[in-house]
Amino acid sequence: MSATEGLNLTLKVWRQKNDKEQGKMETYQVSDISPDSSFLEMMDILNEQLIAEDNEPVAFDHDCREGICGSCSMYINGEAHGPGREITTCQLHMREFKDGETIFIEPWRAKAFPVIKDLVVDRSAFDRVMNAGGFISVNTSGNTQDANAIPIDKHDADKAFDAATCIGCGACVASCKNASAMLFVSAKVSQLSLLPQGKVEAKERVQNMVKQMDEEGFGNCSNTGACEVECPKGISLENIARMNREYLKSGIS
Amino acid sequence: MSKQLFSGSIGRKFAMALSALFLIIFLLQHFTINFTSVLSEETFNELSHFMGTNPIIQFVMQPILMFGVAFHFIMGFILEIKNRNSRAIKYAKNNGAANSSWMSRNMIWSGLFILFFLGFHFYDFWIPEMNYKYIEMKPEDPNRYYDEVVHMFASPGRVIVYCLSFVFLALHLMHGFQSAFQSMGARHDKYTPAIQKIGRAYAILIPVGFIFIAVFHYVNSL
Repeated sequence: MSATEGLNLTLKVWRQKNDKEQGKMETYQVSDISPDSSFLEMMDILNEQLIAEDNEPVAFDHDCREGICGSCSMYINGEAHGPGREITTCQLHMREFKDGETIFIEPWRAKAFPVIKDLVVDRSAFDRVMNAGGFISVNTSGNTQDANAIPIDKHDADKAFDAATCIGCGACVASCKNASAMLFVSAKVSQLSLLPQGKVEAKERVQNMVKQMDEEGFGNCSNTGACEVECPKGISLENIARMNREYLKSGIS
Repeated sequence: MSKQLFSGSIGRKFAMALSALFLIIFLLQHFTINFTSVLSEETFNELSHFMGTNPIIQFVMQPILMFGVAFHFIMGFILEIKNRNSRAIKYAKNNGAANSSWMSRNMIWSGLFILFFLGFHFYDFWIPEMNYKYIEMKPEDPNRYYDEVVHMFASPGRVIVYCLSFVFLALHLMHGFQSAFQSMGARHDKYTPAIQKIGRAYAILIPVGFIFIAVFHYVNSL
Protein backbone atom coordinates (compact mmCIF):
# COMPACT_ATOMS: atom_id res chain seq x y z
CA MET A 1 0.00 0.00 0.00
CA SER A 2 1.22 3.43 -0.85
CA ALA A 3 1.03 6.24 1.65
CA THR A 4 0.46 8.71 -1.21
CA GLU A 5 -2.99 10.22 -1.39
CA GLY A 6 -5.39 9.44 -4.22
CA LEU A 7 -5.30 11.54 -7.38
CA ASN A 8 -8.14 13.74 -8.62
CA LEU A 9 -7.97 13.97 -12.39
CA THR A 10 -9.77 15.55 -15.33
CA LEU A 11 -9.96 13.19 -18.29
CA LYS A 12 -10.58 14.34 -21.85
CA VAL A 13 -11.57 11.19 -23.69
CA TRP A 14 -12.39 10.64 -27.37
CA ARG A 15 -15.94 9.29 -27.68
CA GLN A 16 -17.21 7.93 -30.97
CA LYS A 17 -20.30 5.70 -31.26
CA ASN A 18 -19.14 3.76 -34.32
CA ASP A 19 -17.06 3.99 -37.47
CA LYS A 20 -19.76 5.97 -39.30
CA GLU A 21 -20.49 8.78 -36.85
CA GLN A 22 -18.17 11.62 -35.98
CA GLY A 23 -16.63 11.61 -32.54
CA LYS A 24 -15.62 14.31 -30.08
CA MET A 25 -13.65 14.82 -26.87
CA GLU A 26 -15.72 14.43 -23.69
CA THR A 27 -14.61 15.57 -20.23
CA TYR A 28 -14.87 13.34 -17.15
CA GLN A 29 -13.72 13.69 -13.55
CA VAL A 30 -12.27 10.81 -11.56
CA SER A 31 -11.27 11.10 -7.93
CA ASP A 32 -9.19 9.28 -5.36
CA ILE A 33 -7.26 7.25 -7.94
CA SER A 34 -4.44 5.27 -6.33
CA PRO A 35 -1.01 6.25 -7.72
CA ASP A 36 -0.24 2.52 -7.67
CA SER A 37 -3.03 1.62 -10.07
CA SER A 38 -2.27 1.08 -13.71
CA PHE A 39 -3.68 3.37 -16.37
CA LEU A 40 -6.09 0.65 -17.51
CA GLU A 41 -7.29 0.17 -13.91
CA MET A 42 -8.01 3.89 -13.82
CA MET A 43 -10.02 3.45 -17.03
CA ASP A 44 -11.89 0.56 -15.37
CA ILE A 45 -12.76 2.86 -12.45
CA LEU A 46 -13.99 5.51 -14.90
CA ASN A 47 -16.14 2.91 -16.66
CA GLU A 48 -17.66 1.65 -13.38
CA GLN A 49 -18.47 5.26 -12.58
CA LEU A 50 -20.08 5.74 -16.02
CA ILE A 51 -22.12 2.53 -15.71
CA ALA A 52 -23.30 3.60 -12.24
CA GLU A 53 -24.42 6.89 -13.76
CA ASP A 54 -26.24 4.92 -16.48
CA ASN A 55 -23.87 6.16 -19.17
CA GLU A 56 -22.09 4.20 -21.91
CA PRO A 57 -18.66 3.01 -20.72
CA VAL A 58 -15.56 3.95 -22.76
CA ALA A 59 -14.58 1.17 -25.17
CA PHE A 60 -10.85 0.41 -25.20
CA ASP A 61 -8.70 -2.55 -26.24
CA HIS A 62 -6.95 -4.61 -23.58
CA ASP A 63 -6.05 -8.24 -23.05
CA CYS A 64 -2.97 -9.56 -21.23
CA ARG A 65 -2.34 -6.45 -19.12
CA GLU A 66 1.32 -7.41 -18.80
CA GLY A 67 2.86 -5.72 -21.81
CA ILE A 68 3.08 -8.60 -24.26
CA CYS A 69 -0.14 -8.71 -26.29
CA GLY A 70 -0.03 -5.23 -27.84
CA SER A 71 -3.79 -4.70 -27.46
CA CYS A 72 -3.93 -1.55 -25.35
CA SER A 73 -3.58 1.36 -27.70
CA MET A 74 -4.23 4.75 -26.16
CA TYR A 75 -2.60 8.04 -27.14
CA ILE A 76 -2.15 9.64 -23.73
CA ASN A 77 -1.15 13.29 -23.32
CA GLY A 78 0.24 13.40 -26.82
CA GLU A 79 2.25 10.15 -26.72
CA ALA A 80 1.53 6.55 -27.66
CA HIS A 81 1.08 4.59 -24.42
CA GLY A 82 1.60 7.86 -22.53
CA PRO A 83 4.81 9.07 -20.89
CA GLY A 84 7.46 6.49 -20.05
CA ARG A 85 9.69 4.45 -22.31
CA GLU A 86 9.41 0.85 -23.52
CA ILE A 87 6.04 0.30 -21.88
CA THR A 88 2.50 -0.36 -23.05
CA THR A 89 -0.52 1.44 -21.55
CA CYS A 90 -1.17 -1.44 -19.13
CA GLN A 91 2.37 -0.95 -17.77
CA LEU A 92 1.83 2.78 -17.28
CA HIS A 93 1.10 3.70 -13.66
CA MET A 94 -0.89 6.61 -12.29
CA ARG A 95 2.13 7.74 -10.25
CA GLU A 96 3.37 9.27 -13.51
CA PHE A 97 0.61 11.90 -13.21
CA LYS A 98 0.11 14.78 -10.80
CA ASP A 99 -2.95 15.46 -8.68
CA GLY A 100 -5.29 17.86 -10.51
CA GLU A 101 -3.77 17.09 -13.93
CA THR A 102 -5.83 17.01 -17.14
CA ILE A 103 -5.13 13.89 -19.21
CA PHE A 104 -5.94 13.65 -22.92
CA ILE A 105 -6.88 10.11 -24.02
CA GLU A 106 -7.26 9.51 -27.76
CA PRO A 107 -7.29 6.55 -30.13
CA TRP A 108 -4.39 5.82 -32.54
CA ARG A 109 -4.87 8.30 -35.38
CA ALA A 110 -4.16 6.96 -38.88
CA LYS A 111 -6.17 6.61 -42.06
CA ALA A 112 -5.11 2.94 -42.10
CA PHE A 113 -6.40 2.45 -38.51
CA PRO A 114 -10.06 3.57 -38.63
CA VAL A 115 -11.82 4.03 -35.28
CA ILE A 116 -14.32 1.27 -34.53
CA LYS A 117 -15.61 2.79 -31.30
CA ASP A 118 -14.22 5.30 -28.78
CA LEU A 119 -10.55 4.29 -28.28
CA VAL A 120 -10.73 1.04 -30.26
CA VAL A 121 -9.19 1.11 -33.74
CA ASP A 122 -9.12 -1.46 -36.51
CA ARG A 123 -5.53 -2.64 -36.84
CA SER A 124 -6.26 -5.37 -39.39
CA ALA A 125 -4.11 -3.44 -41.90
CA PHE A 126 -1.15 -4.99 -40.04
CA ASP A 127 -2.66 -8.46 -40.55
CA ARG A 128 -2.98 -7.84 -44.28
CA VAL A 129 0.67 -6.70 -44.44
CA MET A 130 1.64 -9.94 -42.68
CA ASN A 131 -0.50 -11.98 -45.06
CA ALA A 132 1.34 -10.40 -47.98
CA GLY A 133 4.70 -11.87 -46.96
CA GLY A 134 5.27 -12.10 -43.22
CA PHE A 135 5.88 -15.86 -43.25
CA ILE A 136 8.23 -18.56 -44.49
CA SER A 137 7.06 -21.42 -46.67
CA VAL A 138 8.10 -24.58 -44.85
CA ASN A 139 8.01 -28.02 -46.39
CA THR A 140 5.82 -30.11 -44.09
CA SER A 141 6.16 -33.36 -46.04
CA GLY A 142 7.86 -35.10 -43.14
CA ASN A 143 11.40 -34.40 -44.38
CA THR A 144 11.67 -31.03 -42.66
CA GLN A 145 15.22 -30.23 -41.60
CA ASP A 146 15.77 -29.56 -37.92
CA ALA A 147 16.17 -25.76 -37.65
CA ASN A 148 18.92 -26.22 -35.06
CA ALA A 149 21.00 -28.11 -37.63
CA ILE A 150 21.60 -24.87 -39.56
CA PRO A 151 24.43 -22.77 -38.05
CA ILE A 152 23.41 -19.12 -37.62
CA ASP A 153 25.71 -16.22 -36.81
CA LYS A 154 25.05 -15.12 -33.22
CA HIS A 155 24.76 -11.44 -34.20
CA ASP A 156 22.18 -12.20 -36.87
CA ALA A 157 20.24 -14.44 -34.50
CA ASP A 158 20.23 -11.67 -31.87
CA LYS A 159 19.10 -9.05 -34.37
CA ALA A 160 16.35 -11.32 -35.70
CA PHE A 161 15.19 -12.00 -32.17
CA ASP A 162 15.21 -8.29 -31.29
CA ALA A 163 13.07 -7.59 -34.36
CA ALA A 164 10.76 -10.47 -33.45
CA THR A 165 9.92 -8.86 -30.11
CA CYS A 166 7.59 -6.48 -32.02
CA ILE A 167 4.08 -7.04 -30.63
CA GLY A 168 2.32 -5.26 -33.51
CA CYS A 169 0.66 -2.73 -31.21
CA GLY A 170 0.80 0.12 -33.76
CA ALA A 171 2.46 2.69 -31.46
CA CYS A 172 4.94 3.38 -34.29
CA VAL A 173 2.11 4.36 -36.64
CA ALA A 174 0.38 6.39 -33.94
CA SER A 175 3.57 8.30 -33.02
CA CYS A 176 4.81 8.94 -36.55
CA LYS A 177 3.86 12.38 -37.84
CA ASN A 178 3.16 10.67 -41.19
CA ALA A 179 1.33 7.64 -39.71
CA SER A 180 4.00 5.49 -41.34
CA ALA A 181 4.16 1.75 -40.59
CA MET A 182 7.82 1.39 -41.56
CA LEU A 183 9.02 0.31 -38.11
CA PHE A 184 6.44 -2.49 -37.86
CA VAL A 185 6.91 -3.73 -41.42
CA SER A 186 10.71 -3.50 -41.20
CA ALA A 187 10.75 -5.47 -37.94
CA LYS A 188 8.74 -8.24 -39.59
CA VAL A 189 10.89 -8.17 -42.75
CA SER A 190 14.08 -8.25 -40.64
CA GLN A 191 13.12 -11.05 -38.28
CA LEU A 192 12.62 -13.36 -41.26
CA SER A 193 15.23 -12.18 -43.75
CA LEU A 194 18.10 -12.31 -41.24
CA LEU A 195 17.67 -16.05 -40.82
CA PRO A 196 18.51 -18.74 -43.41
CA GLN A 197 14.94 -20.07 -43.58
CA GLY A 198 13.65 -16.62 -44.42
CA LYS A 199 16.33 -15.67 -46.95
CA VAL A 200 14.81 -17.90 -49.65
CA GLU A 201 11.76 -15.67 -50.10
CA ALA A 202 13.42 -12.41 -49.00
CA LYS A 203 13.00 -10.60 -52.33
CA GLU A 204 9.31 -11.36 -52.85
CA ARG A 205 8.60 -10.78 -49.18
CA VAL A 206 9.93 -7.24 -48.99
CA GLN A 207 8.27 -6.27 -52.27
CA ASN A 208 4.88 -7.70 -51.31
CA MET A 209 4.86 -6.37 -47.75
CA VAL A 210 5.89 -2.84 -48.81
CA LYS A 211 3.29 -2.88 -51.60
CA GLN A 212 0.57 -3.89 -49.14
CA MET A 213 1.82 -1.28 -46.63
CA ASP A 214 1.45 1.42 -49.30
CA GLU A 215 -1.98 0.18 -50.36
CA GLU A 216 -3.24 0.37 -46.78
CA GLY A 217 -2.61 4.13 -46.79
CA PHE A 218 0.26 4.42 -44.31
CA GLY A 219 2.54 7.44 -44.82
CA ASN A 220 6.20 7.63 -45.81
CA CYS A 221 9.09 7.50 -43.37
CA SER A 222 10.69 10.89 -42.54
CA ASN A 223 13.31 9.32 -40.25
CA THR A 224 12.20 11.44 -37.28
CA GLY A 225 12.83 8.46 -34.99
CA ALA A 226 9.60 9.02 -33.01
CA CYS A 227 8.54 5.38 -33.61
CA GLU A 228 11.73 3.99 -32.09
CA VAL A 229 11.37 6.18 -28.98
CA GLU A 230 7.70 5.29 -28.42
CA CYS A 231 7.98 1.57 -29.30
CA PRO A 232 7.22 -0.51 -26.18
CA LYS A 233 9.75 -3.10 -27.34
CA GLY A 234 12.52 -0.69 -28.38
CA ILE A 235 12.58 -1.86 -32.02
CA SER A 236 15.52 -0.08 -33.70
CA LEU A 237 15.50 2.18 -36.76
CA GLU A 238 18.25 -0.13 -37.99
CA ASN A 239 15.42 -2.40 -39.17
CA ILE A 240 14.02 0.36 -41.40
CA ALA A 241 17.44 0.86 -43.01
CA ARG A 242 17.68 -2.91 -43.55
CA MET A 243 14.24 -2.99 -45.18
CA ASN A 244 15.16 -0.01 -47.40
CA ARG A 245 18.32 -1.88 -48.46
CA GLU A 246 16.46 -5.09 -49.15
CA TYR A 247 13.71 -3.31 -51.06
CA LEU A 248 16.11 -1.33 -53.25
CA LYS A 249 18.24 -4.44 -53.84
CA SER A 250 15.15 -6.46 -54.78
CA GLY A 251 14.18 -3.80 -57.33
CA ILE A 252 17.42 -4.00 -59.28
CA SER A 253 18.25 -7.70 -59.02
CA MET B 1 9.83 -4.02 -61.20
CA SER B 2 11.61 -0.72 -61.64
CA LYS B 3 8.22 0.98 -62.01
CA GLN B 4 7.19 -0.18 -58.56
CA LEU B 5 10.67 0.63 -57.26
CA PHE B 6 10.15 4.36 -57.77
CA SER B 7 6.40 4.59 -57.26
CA GLY B 8 6.47 2.92 -53.84
CA SER B 9 7.08 4.77 -50.60
CA ILE B 10 10.65 3.52 -50.20
CA GLY B 11 11.48 4.32 -53.83
CA ARG B 12 10.23 7.88 -53.44
CA LYS B 13 12.32 8.35 -50.30
CA PHE B 14 15.35 6.90 -52.11
CA ALA B 15 14.88 9.40 -54.96
CA MET B 16 14.48 12.19 -52.39
CA ALA B 17 17.72 11.12 -50.68
CA LEU B 18 19.65 10.90 -53.96
CA SER B 19 18.62 14.42 -54.99
CA ALA B 20 19.47 15.62 -51.46
CA LEU B 21 23.00 14.21 -51.66
CA PHE B 22 23.45 15.79 -55.10
CA LEU B 23 22.40 19.18 -53.68
CA ILE B 24 24.69 18.71 -50.66
CA ILE B 25 27.65 18.19 -53.02
CA PHE B 26 26.61 21.21 -55.11
CA LEU B 27 26.36 23.35 -51.99
CA LEU B 28 29.92 22.42 -50.98
CA GLN B 29 31.19 23.44 -54.42
CA HIS B 30 29.17 26.70 -54.32
CA PHE B 31 30.55 27.49 -50.87
CA THR B 32 34.15 26.74 -51.85
CA ILE B 33 34.04 29.17 -54.77
CA ASN B 34 32.21 31.87 -52.79
CA PHE B 35 34.69 31.56 -49.93
CA THR B 36 37.58 32.44 -52.22
CA SER B 37 36.01 35.94 -52.44
CA VAL B 38 37.11 36.42 -48.83
CA LEU B 39 40.63 35.17 -49.50
CA SER B 40 41.57 36.49 -52.93
CA GLU B 41 39.79 38.76 -55.41
CA GLU B 42 41.82 37.32 -58.25
CA THR B 43 41.04 33.65 -57.49
CA PHE B 44 37.34 34.41 -57.05
CA ASN B 45 37.22 36.20 -60.41
CA GLU B 46 39.09 33.38 -62.12
CA LEU B 47 36.80 30.67 -60.73
CA SER B 48 33.63 32.67 -61.37
CA HIS B 49 34.70 33.43 -64.92
CA PHE B 50 35.30 29.71 -65.48
CA MET B 51 31.93 28.73 -63.99
CA GLY B 52 30.13 31.49 -65.88
CA THR B 53 31.59 30.81 -69.29
CA ASN B 54 32.51 27.12 -69.47
CA PRO B 55 29.98 25.49 -71.85
CA ILE B 56 29.90 22.19 -69.91
CA ILE B 57 29.09 24.05 -66.66
CA GLN B 58 26.58 26.35 -68.35
CA PHE B 59 24.75 23.97 -70.65
CA VAL B 60 25.20 20.55 -69.02
CA MET B 61 25.78 20.97 -65.28
CA GLN B 62 23.45 23.94 -64.82
CA PRO B 63 20.39 22.21 -66.32
CA ILE B 64 21.17 19.07 -64.25
CA LEU B 65 21.32 21.28 -61.15
CA MET B 66 18.00 22.93 -62.06
CA PHE B 67 16.44 19.53 -62.49
CA GLY B 68 17.87 18.34 -59.15
CA VAL B 69 16.53 21.39 -57.32
CA ALA B 70 13.08 21.15 -58.93
CA PHE B 71 12.92 17.41 -58.35
CA HIS B 72 13.80 17.74 -54.65
CA PHE B 73 11.10 20.36 -54.08
CA ILE B 74 8.38 18.66 -56.13
CA MET B 75 9.06 15.27 -54.52
CA GLY B 76 9.10 16.97 -51.13
CA PHE B 77 5.63 18.38 -51.77
CA ILE B 78 4.32 15.03 -53.07
CA LEU B 79 5.61 13.24 -49.97
CA GLU B 80 4.20 15.94 -47.68
CA ILE B 81 0.72 15.70 -49.24
CA LYS B 82 0.73 11.89 -49.04
CA ASN B 83 1.90 12.02 -45.44
CA ARG B 84 -0.74 14.54 -44.42
CA ASN B 85 -3.43 12.38 -46.04
CA SER B 86 -2.30 9.41 -43.97
CA ARG B 87 -3.79 11.01 -40.86
CA ALA B 88 -7.16 12.59 -41.60
CA ILE B 89 -8.02 13.50 -37.99
CA LYS B 90 -5.25 15.17 -36.01
CA TYR B 91 -4.60 14.53 -32.34
CA ALA B 92 -6.21 16.98 -29.90
CA LYS B 93 -2.93 16.85 -27.98
CA ASN B 94 0.35 15.78 -29.57
CA ASN B 95 3.71 15.94 -27.81
CA GLY B 96 6.10 15.61 -30.73
CA ALA B 97 9.00 17.10 -28.76
CA ALA B 98 8.93 14.03 -26.48
CA ASN B 99 10.21 11.72 -29.18
CA SER B 100 11.73 13.65 -32.10
CA SER B 101 13.67 16.78 -32.99
CA TRP B 102 12.00 19.99 -34.17
CA MET B 103 14.15 19.86 -37.32
CA SER B 104 12.95 16.39 -38.27
CA ARG B 105 9.27 17.29 -37.82
CA ASN B 106 9.48 20.57 -39.74
CA MET B 107 11.46 19.75 -42.88
CA ILE B 108 8.59 21.09 -45.00
CA TRP B 109 8.76 24.51 -43.27
CA SER B 110 12.55 24.84 -43.39
CA GLY B 111 12.32 23.59 -46.99
CA LEU B 112 9.67 26.17 -47.89
CA PHE B 113 11.82 28.95 -46.44
CA ILE B 114 14.75 27.73 -48.53
CA LEU B 115 12.44 27.70 -51.58
CA PHE B 116 11.48 31.29 -50.84
CA PHE B 117 15.17 32.14 -50.60
CA LEU B 118 15.94 30.37 -53.88
CA GLY B 119 13.21 32.40 -55.56
CA PHE B 120 14.82 35.56 -54.20
CA HIS B 121 18.32 34.36 -55.13
CA PHE B 122 17.19 33.61 -58.69
CA TYR B 123 15.54 37.02 -59.01
CA ASP B 124 18.46 38.74 -57.37
CA PHE B 125 21.38 36.97 -59.00
CA TRP B 126 20.59 34.35 -61.59
CA ILE B 127 18.13 36.30 -63.80
CA PRO B 128 20.41 39.41 -64.02
CA GLU B 129 23.33 37.07 -64.79
CA MET B 130 21.42 35.29 -67.59
CA ASN B 131 20.24 38.67 -68.86
CA TYR B 132 23.81 39.99 -68.89
CA LYS B 133 25.19 37.00 -70.76
CA TYR B 134 22.50 35.67 -73.06
CA ILE B 135 19.92 38.43 -73.63
CA GLU B 136 21.82 41.71 -73.62
CA MET B 137 24.89 39.74 -74.82
CA LYS B 138 27.26 42.08 -73.04
CA PRO B 139 30.96 41.34 -73.61
CA GLU B 140 32.46 39.15 -70.88
CA ASP B 141 34.60 40.99 -68.35
CA PRO B 142 36.57 38.37 -66.36
CA ASN B 143 37.12 40.85 -63.53
CA ARG B 144 33.49 41.87 -62.92
CA TYR B 145 32.50 39.08 -60.47
CA TYR B 146 34.26 40.25 -57.31
CA ASP B 147 32.92 43.81 -57.66
CA GLU B 148 29.40 42.45 -58.22
CA VAL B 149 29.55 40.37 -55.02
CA VAL B 150 30.91 43.28 -52.99
CA HIS B 151 28.18 45.52 -54.38
CA MET B 152 25.48 42.90 -53.56
CA PHE B 153 26.44 42.55 -49.92
CA ALA B 154 26.71 46.28 -49.32
CA SER B 155 22.93 46.19 -48.83
CA PRO B 156 22.01 45.36 -45.19
CA GLY B 157 18.49 44.12 -46.17
CA ARG B 158 19.96 41.55 -48.54
CA VAL B 159 22.52 40.44 -45.94
CA ILE B 160 19.73 39.88 -43.38
CA VAL B 161 17.62 37.82 -45.83
CA TYR B 162 20.67 35.73 -46.78
CA CYS B 163 21.72 35.14 -43.16
CA LEU B 164 18.20 34.16 -42.07
CA SER B 165 17.91 31.76 -45.00
CA PHE B 166 21.16 30.07 -44.05
CA VAL B 167 19.80 29.49 -40.54
CA PHE B 168 16.89 27.59 -42.10
CA LEU B 169 19.32 25.77 -44.37
CA ALA B 170 21.27 24.69 -41.27
CA LEU B 171 18.08 23.40 -39.62
CA HIS B 172 17.13 21.54 -42.81
CA LEU B 173 20.56 19.94 -43.15
CA MET B 174 20.77 19.05 -39.45
CA HIS B 175 18.12 16.39 -40.05
CA GLY B 176 18.39 15.96 -43.81
CA PHE B 177 22.04 14.93 -44.10
CA GLN B 178 21.88 11.80 -41.95
CA SER B 179 18.29 11.12 -42.97
CA ALA B 180 19.35 10.77 -46.62
CA PHE B 181 21.72 7.96 -45.69
CA GLN B 182 19.04 6.20 -43.62
CA SER B 183 16.56 6.44 -46.54
CA MET B 184 19.08 4.74 -48.80
CA GLY B 185 19.57 1.99 -46.25
CA ALA B 186 23.15 3.10 -45.51
CA ARG B 187 23.28 2.37 -41.81
CA HIS B 188 26.01 0.50 -39.98
CA ASP B 189 27.07 0.37 -36.34
CA LYS B 190 30.61 1.34 -37.39
CA TYR B 191 29.89 4.14 -39.89
CA THR B 192 26.57 5.70 -38.88
CA PRO B 193 27.95 7.61 -35.85
CA ALA B 194 30.59 9.12 -38.17
CA ILE B 195 27.96 9.99 -40.82
CA GLN B 196 25.87 11.70 -38.14
CA LYS B 197 28.88 13.70 -36.89
CA ILE B 198 29.88 14.74 -40.43
CA GLY B 199 26.24 15.68 -41.07
CA ARG B 200 26.07 17.91 -38.00
CA ALA B 201 29.43 19.50 -38.85
CA TYR B 202 28.33 20.12 -42.46
CA ALA B 203 24.95 21.52 -41.33
CA ILE B 204 26.70 24.06 -39.10
CA LEU B 205 29.92 24.88 -40.97
CA ILE B 206 28.54 25.47 -44.47
CA PRO B 207 25.68 27.83 -43.47
CA VAL B 208 27.92 29.63 -40.96
CA GLY B 209 30.52 29.95 -43.72
CA PHE B 210 27.97 31.47 -46.10
CA ILE B 211 26.84 33.87 -43.34
CA PHE B 212 30.48 34.80 -42.75
CA ILE B 213 30.99 35.62 -46.45
CA ALA B 214 27.92 37.87 -46.52
CA VAL B 215 28.79 39.65 -43.28
CA PHE B 216 32.48 39.97 -44.28
CA HIS B 217 31.62 41.84 -47.48
CA TYR B 218 29.02 43.96 -45.71
CA VAL B 219 31.43 45.02 -42.98
CA ASN B 220 34.10 45.78 -45.61
CA SER B 221 31.64 48.00 -47.45
CA LEU B 222 31.03 50.22 -44.42
